[in-house]
Amino acid sequence: MEDQVADRHTEGAKSKYTVDRRMPGAFEGETVTRRRFMTGVTHGAGGVAVMAFTLPALAFAVGPLFSREPFNWQTVGTPSDFSELTYATKVITIVQGIGNAGNTIAYMRKRDPAIDTEPEDQYNHYVALSSRCMHLGCPVRYVAAAERFICPCHGGVYDFRGMVVGGPPVRPLDRFYTRVHNGMVQVGPRYSVNFELHRFSPRDPGQPLNGIGQFLYPKRFDTSILPKN
Amino acid sequence: MPKFPAPPIPKALLPQPKRPGENGNGKTTPLEAGAEAGITVVDWVDERMQISGGIRWMLFRKVPKGINWAYTLGSATLFAFLNQAVTGVFLAMYYRPDASGGAYESIRYITDDAFLGQTVRAMHKWGASVMIILIFLHMGRTFFFGAYKYPRELTWIIGVVLLILTLAMGFTGYLLPFDQQSYWATIVGVNINGTGPFIGPYLSDFLRAGPEFGATTLSRFYAIHMMLIPGLMIALIGAHLYLITKLGISAPPWIKVTLADDEAPEMHTTQV
Repeated sequence: MEDQVADRHTEGAKSKYTVDRRMPGAFEGETVTRRRFMTGVTHGAGGVAVMAFTLPALAFAVGPLFSREPFNWQTVGTPSDFSELTYATKVITIVQGIGNAGNTIAYMRKRDPAIDTEPEDQYNHYVALSSRCMHLGCPVRYVAAAERFICPCHGGVYDFRGMVVGGPPVRPLDRFYTRVHNGMVQVGPRYSVNFELHRFSPRDPGQPLNGIGQFLYPKRFDTSILPKN
Repeated sequence: MPKFPAPPIPKALLPQPKRPGENGNGKTTPLEAGAEAGITVVDWVDERMQISGGIRWMLFRKVPKGINWAYTLGSATLFAFLNQAVTGVFLAMYYRPDASGGAYESIRYITDDAFLGQTVRAMHKWGASVMIILIFLHMGRTFFFGAYKYPRELTWIIGVVLLILTLAMGFTGYLLPFDQQSYWATIVGVNINGTGPFIGPYLSDFLRAGPEFGATTLSRFYAIHMMLIPGLMIALIGAHLYLITKLGISAPPWIKVTLADDEAPEMHTTQV
C-alpha cells in the first residue's frame, strides 16, 4: 500500500495528465483532477451567489451618483421686485418633499452693466447668488450696510458681486440661471463660477475652480442641467 | 486539543463528593436533583457545544506582574460600546428618519414624552463622547506602554480601524436629531469630505445620495449609523479580543524581566 502511494507521488508526478499521475478512474487526456474541479465549481458557485446579492445592493447604494436631478424654473417675482442697488431675498426649493430642509435662499438683483463685467446673455439679466458659502457650505447673509455677504461659520466675506474679499472661501458664490418668462422673473439650476466668473457645472463648496481646480474636482453625473428650450 | 489548566475556583465552590451512606440506596433524590439543576443544565449545553474550554481560555488567563487600572481602559471602551449598542437599539424603536420634520418630532417625543426617554437618549448621547474619550485614553496607554510592539501590531491596527469607525459613528449619529446644529454640521462635514481631490465630489454625492442634501440623506446616514458600521465594529472587536487573548497582555515597561534558573539572558534581548 505504501509503495503505491509513494509511486503515485513520484512516478509521473510532474505530468499534467491525471492518467500519468495514476489517479484512480482518470480519463484519457484529463488534466484537471475531479477534486480541483469540484473545488473550483463550489468556489465559483459561492462567488456567484455572493455577487448576486452584493452587486445589486452596492449599485442600489451608489445609484444616486448617476441619476440626474430634475429641475423646474421657479417663479420668484416680477421685474419691478428687483433693483440694481440691493439684493432681494428669495426662498427657492431645490429638493421637493422634505419641507424647509429642501429650501435654499437666492439673493437676487437686476444686472448692473457698470459693475457686472461678465458677458451678458439670456440667463443673467438678473443676478441670483446662492447663499451657500464656498468654504464649507454654511448660509451666508447679505449685510446691506456693508454691501457684503458674511458667513457666520468661519468668517468668509464676499463683496457686492459675490467675489471673495476675505476668509477661507475658495471661489465666488455660486449662482442660479435666471430668465424672464411671460413677464415673470424665474430662477433655474445652480452653476458655479471661478474667479473670472466663468460658468462651471455646479461643484460643492470647498472645491476651487481656478487653475487645476476644475480638474481636481471633476464634473459630477447627477447635477441638474439647464433645460433645453 | 491542548489541555487547558483548571480554573482557579475557590474550594468552597467546588462540588463536594458525596459521603458514603449519606443517602441509603445511592439514588438521587428530587431535592438533590433540584439543588444541582443549574449545573445539570450548563453541563447539558456544554456537552453539546464544548464551549467551556474556550470560555476558560478567554477569562482565566495569566496576566503579567505589575498591571494596573490603566489596563482596564479597553474593557471600559467595550462597555461604552455595549451601552451605545443597547441604548441605540431601543432608541430605534421610537426614532423616525423622516427629513420633512418627523425625525425632529420623534426625537422631541423621546426626550419630552416617552417614559425614561430622556435618560436613554442622554445615555446614548453622552455615552458617545465617553466612548471617544475612553478610546483615546486606551490608545494612549497602549502607546506609552509600548504595548503595540511585536507581536501585537495587528491588534493596534485593528484598534485604529475601530477608532476611525467610532468617529464615523459620531459623524453619522450627529445628523439624526435633525435640528439646525446637526443639519449644518453635516453640511460642513460632507463638504469637507468633498474637498478630497478626484474622488471627493463623488464621495460627498454618495453620502448625500445626490448633489443636494435630499430626502434620503437622513435615512442613508441612519442606515450607516445603525447597521453598516456597527456590524463592522462587532466583527473587528471580536478579532481585537481574540488577539488580546491569544497573544496575552504585555507587561508594563518598568517591570524587569526575572530569569528562571534554566533561562539564558539572550532569550530576552529582543523584548526591550
